[in-house]
Formats: sequence, C-alpha cells, structure tokens
Amino acid sequence: MDPLLSGDIGFAEILIVLIKVLIAFAGLMVGVMLMVWFERKLVADMQNRIGPNRAGPFGILQTLADGIKLFFKEELSPAKSDPFVYRLAPFLALVPAFLVFSVIPIAGNFSGDNTGVVTIAGHETLMQVADPQIGILLVLAMSSIAVYGIMLAGWASGSKYPLLGSVRASAQMVSYEAALGLSIATVLLLAGALSTNLIVNEQAGGRWNLWMTGLVPFVVFLIAATAELNRPPFDLVEAEQELVGGFHTEYTALRFAMFFLAEFMNVVTMSAVIVTLFLGGPNGPLFGITGWVSDYLLPSIYFFGKLFILLFVFVWFRATLPRFRYDQLMDLGWKLLIPLSLGWFLLVATVQVSQDQGWNPIVVVTSVVVIGVLGASLLRLSIRTGNFRRTEESEEAEDSHMSPKDPGGVR
Amino acid sequence: MASSPLSDFLRSYLTAAIFGSLGFILVGLLLFLSYLVRPNRHQAQKYLSYESGVDPVGSLWSQSQIRYYIFALLFVMFDVEAVFIFPWATRVEAYGVFGLVEMFVFIGVLLLGLVYAWRKGVLKWA
Repeated sequence: MDPLLSGDIGFAEILIVLIKVLIAFAGLMVGVMLMVWFERKLVADMQNRIGPNRAGPFGILQTLADGIKLFFKEELSPAKSDPFVYRLAPFLALVPAFLVFSVIPIAGNFSGDNTGVVTIAGHETLMQVADPQIGILLVLAMSSIAVYGIMLAGWASGSKYPLLGSVRASAQMVSYEAALGLSIATVLLLAGALSTNLIVNEQAGGRWNLWMTGLVPFVVFLIAATAELNRPPFDLVEAEQELVGGFHTEYTALRFAMFFLAEFMNVVTMSAVIVTLFLGGPNGPLFGITGWVSDYLLPSIYFFGKLFILLFVFVWFRATLPRFRYDQLMDLGWKLLIPLSLGWFLLVATVQVSQDQGWNPIVVVTSVVVIGVLGASLLRLSIRTGNFRRTEESEEAEDSHMSPKDPGGVR
Repeated sequence: MASSPLSDFLRSYLTAAIFGSLGFILVGLLLFLSYLVRPNRHQAQKYLSYESGVDPVGSLWSQSQIRYYIFALLFVMFDVEAVFIFPWATRVEAYGVFGLVEMFVFIGVLLLGLVYAWRKGVLKWA
C-alpha cells in the first residue's frame, strides 16, 4: 500500500488541514489588503499627504474598492501577445506567493521543551499549514518560480517596455537569489535542519538568529529580499519613469490586479520568512502562562507584531531611498553581498566547529578574520591590476585607430 | 497523528500541494467570474501594443542588447554551490574539522571563479 495512505486518516485530520488552509488563505488575503492600504497611508504620511480617506474609516476599504472596480473592467490583451503564456503568467506570479506562506509557523508554544505542537480535538498538530522537512528550500524554490511569472509576463506581451522590464527583472532576481540562499545557509548552520518548525524551535528562549548569526546575514537577507521583491530602492523592473509599468504594462483589469496582489503578497510572505529565519518566529516571553494563551494568543501577537515591524521597514525604504542605477544594483549584489555572505558563512561555520572541538574561540575568530581580510585585500589587488591592464590595452587600441569603438554602447 | 514517519513526511507535501492547487483554483475562479461579468467591446485599436500612445514602431520582436546575460551563467554556479552547501550546513558538527577544511577549499575555488569573472570585466556595465 502506498505509504501516503497507510495509517489512519480520520475525518478530524482532514478537517484540521482544511481549517488551517482556509485560515491561511483568509489571513493572507486580509493581510495583503491591509498591507496595500497601510503602505499607501504611510507613504502619504511620510510625504505630508493625506492618502486614501474615502472608502470606509480612514480609507481602509480602498483596496477592496479598487479590486471590485478592476473586476468589472474590460480586459484587453494585445494582438501581438502569445495567448497561452500571457494567460499563464499571472498564475505563476500569484500561486508561489500563496505557497510560501504554507510553511510559516504563525503560533504555537516553543518555550522550554515544547516544540510548537498544539492539540486540536485530540490531534497533535503544528500552527503552520504544512511542515515539510525541506521547508526553507520550498521558500527558495517558490521565489525562483516567481521569477518565471514576471519573465514570461514580459515576454508574452509582445511589446517593448514589458520585454525590457522582464529582462531586467530576471537578471536582478537571479543575482540576488544567490545572496539570499547563502545568507540562509548561515542560519542552517545553527538550526541544523531545513524545516521551518525546527528553525523556529532553535531560536527559543531569546536565541534569535538575528544576533546568534551576528547581524550580517540578516542585513544581507533584508537587502536581497528587497531586491527579490522588486521593492524600492530596487524597483528597476517597473521603473515608471523609464519603462511605463515594466513587465505588466500590457496587462489590464483583473489580470493586472493579480500581479499587483502577487507583489504585495510577496512582501507579506517574505517578511514572514524573515521573521521565521531571523526574529524567532512566534517566540517571545510567555510569563509562565500555560493553556491557550501561551499556545495561540501570545505567540501570534509576537509573530504579527514582528511582521508588522518588517512591513513598516519595507514601506520606510520606499519612502526614503532613491532608486539604484542598474549597474550599481548589480555591483552591490555580486561584488559585495555574495562575497560578504560567503565569508560570513565560513566564519560562523568555523566558530561552530571550534565550539564543538573545544578550541579557544578568541584565537579561532582572530585567525579567521585575519585570513578573511588578507583574502579580501589580495582580491582587491588582483582586480585592480586586472582593471589597470585592461585600460592600458584599450588605450593602445585607441591610439592605433584599428579597433572600432563599441557601436551599440549606450550609456 | 498515529502513522508511520514516512506517511507523515509525504502528507506534509500533500498538504502543501493541496494549498497550491487551491491557490490555482482560486485565481482561475476569480478570472472566470470576471470573464462572465465584464464588458467586451471589440475595437481594433485597443489591441495595439502600448508605446506611449503612438503607433508601435518596428516588428513584433524588437532586438535589444541584453547586458548581463553572463550573470545567468554565474548564477547557475552559485545555485549549484548552494545545493552542496545546504546539506553540509545542517550537519556541520558531524563532519568536524575535515568537513570545515573541505568547505574552505570548495568555497575558495568558487570564489576564484567569481574573481576570474570580475577580473575579466564581466561584472561591468559593458
């Protein structure tokens, strides 16, 4: 018999799964709606405007009103588009955004010997929709699939601005995906598991990865996540002044709304991932209370509180920072974040092994840092000589008037 | 859940798959409902590609110089690297000093690859 079906699958188990799925869906949708309103209102405040204030109290229903409006709008797909891929792309953008949320633990008691297990109607379960053992790999995989949504949307539109936007998007997201993965690897060193439940469990009792990994992976992850989400200051994908709307220029009505929804849903889920990886998830002081307060109420308050702070940070970035130039963006990703996160990964790994072997921590850290600094300066030197040689060569070429200058180079 | 570890293991994927397909169905349903209620008034000009309000210039697929295509190749290098690093990172203590030295060598070689690309000027706005 297939192991998937062996054992007893009671009605209660199926019901619990269904309830969890529904709660996650509803919570995510409401969260996204509030996030859109929150962002508009907060940016308005920071720019000394009022922001949406007509639909509902404080304009809180503005997102709903916009959604309903787009629902009843005529849909136009350009004659030159590729019909199948054009229709597929919104799915590819939105569904991965949903799926990431399924591995996020939003409540549960992690203090002491507890591992976040709660008992619902006699069944032990976790406060997350699913807990696959490769949890964090699922997050990475889904963020890779989201790249397809954007890339195919731009390509299938058969128009110039969307194509340019999607080419930018794929290069940008691919570049920062590497830094994202490498800063996760540092967290895995401490957690010793890929499951999100175990990663949160490892951070119980104030041992948050934020300081246990030494802050650097968190900063790298935050920057890489902002780039991965195409949020300002890394929103070159849809830089309005240059590309009209970027990859979704040719999308109208509800299909456009899907991309819009996916974008904000990604912000919410990525913040949830950061909370899970670095800020201890639903961990927090429980004041010795037991029962449903420590199982559901306090942990979910801590989780959503941390989530809220991160969402505020993302909006804050948008209101404060000017957009990067494309080459600056690529330089930051490849020349700073990737070497930095790799170096930090090795440092944390060495500290981890040295603790296990009982070496003197001070000696170990100093020697690793010395090696790191030496390596970095060697690298700098090598690149400098490389650059120097190249400029000499190109000057010689210019003197001899033999080589045609870069014909298509637009700066 | 009183069942074997393997079925627990598979069921968590099943749950994730159910969640994903539910998302797919939801998006499809919304689009279908909108298809039923929205107006549909054909007019040839509406289906032109958008080019800031003027008639589109050139053919269907415009050619443009794609910079940074080499980054896709470099990305493959670092993503495959992550595939090797992740399992090692979850079991650092088990591999001890030997594993650590190996990892230094491994990452060192990969960094050399990045340095090579850097020195060749691939990472520049060419």
